[in-house]
Amino acid sequence: MDTWRPPVQGICLPRSASGPARTGLSPSLTAQARGGGDQRAAAPAQAPPPRARDVTVPRHARVDVPVAFRKEAQRLTMANAAEQWVLVEMVQALYEAPAYHLILEGILILWIIRLLFSKTYKLQERSDLTLKEKEELIEEWQPEPLVPPVSKDHPALNYNIVSGPPSHNIVVNGKECINFASFNFLGLLDNPRVKAAALASLKKYGVGTCGPRGFYGTFDVHLDLEDRLAKFMKTEEAIIYSYGFATIASAIPAYSKRGDIVFVDRAACFAIQKGLQASRSDIKIFKHNDMADLERLLKEQEIEDQKNPRKARVTRRFIVVEGIYMNTGTICPLPELIDDIDLISANMENALASVGGFCCGRSFVIDHQRLSGQGYCFSASLPPLLAAAAIEALNIMEENPGIFAVLKEKCRKIHKALQGISGLRVMGESFSPAFHLHLEESTGSREKDVKLLQEIVNQCMNRSIALTQARYLDKEEKCLPPPSIRVVVTVEQTEDELERAAATIKEVAQAVLL
Amino acid sequence: MYIAMILPTECRPEKQNGKPHINMEIEESFEEAPLHVMVFTYMGYGIGTLFGYLRDFLRNWGIEKCNAAVEREEQKDFVPLYQDFENFYTRNLYMRIRDNWNRPVCSAPGPHFDMLERVSDDYNWTFRFTGRVIKDVINMGSYNFLGLVSKYNESMRTVKEVLERYGTGVASTRHEMGTLDKHKELEDLVAKFLNVEAAMVFGMGFATNSMNIPVLVGKGCLILSDELNHTSVVLGARLSGATIRTFKHNNMQSLEKLLRDAIIYGQPRTRRAWKKILILVEGIYSMEGSIVRLPQIVALKKKYKAYLYVDEAHSIGSVGPTGRGVSEFFGIDPGDVDVLMGTFTKSFGAAGGYIAGKKELVDYIRVHSHSAVYATSMSPPVAEQIIRAMKLIMGLDGTTQGLQRVQQLAKNTKYFRQRLREMGFIIYGNDHSPVVPVLLYMPGKVAAFARHMLEKKIAVVVVGFPATPLAEARARFCISAAHTREMLDKVLEATDEIGDLLQVKYSRHRHSARPELYDETSFELDD
Repeated sequence: MDTWRPPVQGICLPRSASGPARTGLSPSLTAQARGGGDQRAAAPAQAPPPRARDVTVPRHARVDVPVAFRKEAQRLTMANAAEQWVLVEMVQALYEAPAYHLILEGILILWIIRLLFSKTYKLQERSDLTLKEKEELIEEWQPEPLVPPVSKDHPALNYNIVSGPPSHNIVVNGKECINFASFNFLGLLDNPRVKAAALASLKKYGVGTCGPRGFYGTFDVHLDLEDRLAKFMKTEEAIIYSYGFATIASAIPAYSKRGDIVFVDRAACFAIQKGLQASRSDIKIFKHNDMADLERLLKEQEIEDQKNPRKARVTRRFIVVEGIYMNTGTICPLPELIDDIDLISANMENALASVGGFCCGRSFVIDHQRLSGQGYCFSASLPPLLAAAAIEALNIMEENPGIFAVLKEKCRKIHKALQGISGLRVMGESFSPAFHLHLEESTGSREKDVKLLQEIVNQCMNRSIALTQARYLDKEEKCLPPPSIRVVVTVEQTEDELERAAATIKEVAQAVLL
Repeated sequence: MYIAMILPTECRPEKQNGKPHINMEIEESFEEAPLHVMVFTYMGYGIGTLFGYLRDFLRNWGIEKCNAAVEREEQKDFVPLYQDFENFYTRNLYMRIRDNWNRPVCSAPGPHFDMLERVSDDYNWTFRFTGRVIKDVINMGSYNFLGLVSKYNESMRTVKEVLERYGTGVASTRHEMGTLDKHKELEDLVAKFLNVEAAMVFGMGFATNSMNIPVLVGKGCLILSDELNHTSVVLGARLSGATIRTFKHNNMQSLEKLLRDAIIYGQPRTRRAWKKILILVEGIYSMEGSIVRLPQIVALKKKYKAYLYVDEAHSIGSVGPTGRGVSEFFGIDPGDVDVLMGTFTKSFGAAGGYIAGKKELVDYIRVHSHSAVYATSMSPPVAEQIIRAMKLIMGLDGTTQGLQRVQQLAKNTKYFRQRLREMGFIIYGNDHSPVVPVLLYMPGKVAAFARHMLEKKIAVVVVGFPATPLAEARARFCISAAHTREMLDKVLEATDEIGDLLQVKYSRHRHSARPELYDETSFELDD
């Protein structure tokens, strides 16, 4: 059937491609036939002469295509006949071939099979290492030290040590200060109601839960807290994690897998970066808060999708943004971005004065994390006393909705007061309770910038204003923010204290920078 | 096949630190199930899957009501949010037996606890609380090894004081404004407890692994990880960017071969030598109940100049004559382990984890740990609970109560394991491990076992695929020092009875130390 191929494909070999082999066999065949002298010898004679047909058909085809088409039907029957003949001939050859021949050919076939399946010949195989050489290599190998040495005066080794509660009035390194560094926005860290709730829980449950949520680590307090959070956020369902960092870092890889695409803001915090890394998805970074840039990326992706619609049908796409960016103090332009959010992830370690984090959204979305959120499934659950503290904090927030307006007003005040310091620039929204002070002009070296800012922080600390630089792992951050001092506003700070803080920062900055 | 691994402690450490020298033979068994059990197990999954497809078909055509939460209409044309198979398994297999997990507790997870009764009116799609409380359930599920979790009593006075003084949160990171004097006190105590130079503590055990392993190794480094390591270790290894190779569970030949090949052949493609090799193992494996073969691993790591990271999440406090974990259990100098990691969730009844070792290691971790820079530090009352528990174990409270608890745990473990084995259950792991997995194999029996046990007011953990290999579903008992002999006997009696009912006494190697336990019927079953 495959005797003829269109000429464009080049020369097509007729069936007699196997001709030479057969011809090679035929002398012995005939000899055998004669020797045998029985009916089997008659068979080749009765069969139509093979070679003639084999050759003619392709010749026609090659020379004249239309003719070949016209003769298609005829050609097919002929080809069939030829094929039949070939088979008959082969079977006969088998019968008639001498034993030594068959054995020889059999060995040849086996040899070919061996060659086909044996590994490619490699020079290396011959130069296999001897045991002695191996031992020498092992002896020779010297690993790098497990950790490189750290200089003793690294700032991280000389922590601020807080003695006593880390609340509004704080004792840092033995010096009493007003706290402008902890994210205690609503001042609940020191709240007696929160403490009382935690204490009641301690009395009933003790401290630890001794198990993950699945294995007797689900307490009634956890269920209550999840209910309360869902209601507070006006969503269907909430899920709590026992560590703030692990919340978003587990939630992202629960949905986004290898091959999926995540569009993420350049200024996204480290927990998001780690979540993205764990998801092994395709990451597309857009400029901070730049919706045009995001749109550009989305359009690029659309073009990409049109090229490969099959892949596009199975590729999930996610957009990850932060509400208020921890690294910049700016707010995400949510209304421009989207009209609906699938999942909100938040932290209970700041305003809620507890530990842990939560995700909330529709049940369809959230429920999936109960089996796929690694930090949820494989970690001990949140100690009940911390859950109880968070519930009480929620109560306080719901009872005093005015608290947020107070905070906002305080933010606005200190923002205004900090404008116009020569050498320092305020970064962040005027209503954001955490914002950054950057150097107006960098000295050109990060190290020097950090030193200058640390000098400002130290001097403020001496004057009873506790501040801190925003710390990053310089080498790990995808887009390292410039060095900055982070100022945190809380409702507990009085107007007087806010003014004093602003004035102190101003004076110190001027003394240090000018 | 009955595999008994006899581990002679031939690698005697030079330094003993004045501690009692332990020379014991450790027997770990992983008996294989009879063939017919495996066949039935796979059949069980097969039938479940077939029915799943049938019901999915019925749901698709609207013949059966679909109770699962569904995507909203306006997002129907989106790419599905989760993968199909995962969803299939949850919907059709897990859903049938999901009442055995996430059972809500409403008291301290001590040796007894109370549970909220819940029922389902729609075959486990939703649960409804009846408002009743199931009182005094014997707790064999919580990792409360030393029984240090209980409702408030006078021994927790310091925890209460710290809570009243400090509050619950910290609202800052270790590097910024979140290092409290309590943290420092705890770290010094942990270092002292473990007999090492320094330690650092973190707010979550899971994160201690996943956020610190990447600090130690990176590109160009090799991680050799036990195949049964916990998810957090695996995640940390993956985030580090190092090449990961796994060796067979607790198999020294497999580890040595990987070590040799790694050093001899270097990195794939580039053929450069590896920068460093880190071996990741756990002290006690929580699903197998096996104990790491530490003496052999330490010998290997010394021979091949690799580094060793031991996750003692389950072993710290629970093994060793004074509860100092696997290094003490084997009489090995803790300095021979490069990185000691552990959690405070289990033996200490709190939350969080630690990394301990040489001062330079801990200093490096302090500076570079993701957790130290970006995560909120440990809650002060939680830190105080660890301090109190640790002091108790160390005898710093002036009593021998801590030591008694450690010894009681060892006694309970020995008794419980021995009795279960005599009954003819296949149990996995080391004779000294307080985590006792009983093999049930079939998914249906898993659910039945847990439900029957709850009826008898005993809470056990059951696990199946994907936490274990498909055909090796099991129940897990966690022994506590707070379990009394009466409680254990009650549990054993119930297990015995249900074991007969469900026919899960699969072991063909009955230890006939107490032949009087067997009656004629059980012998007939064996034939």
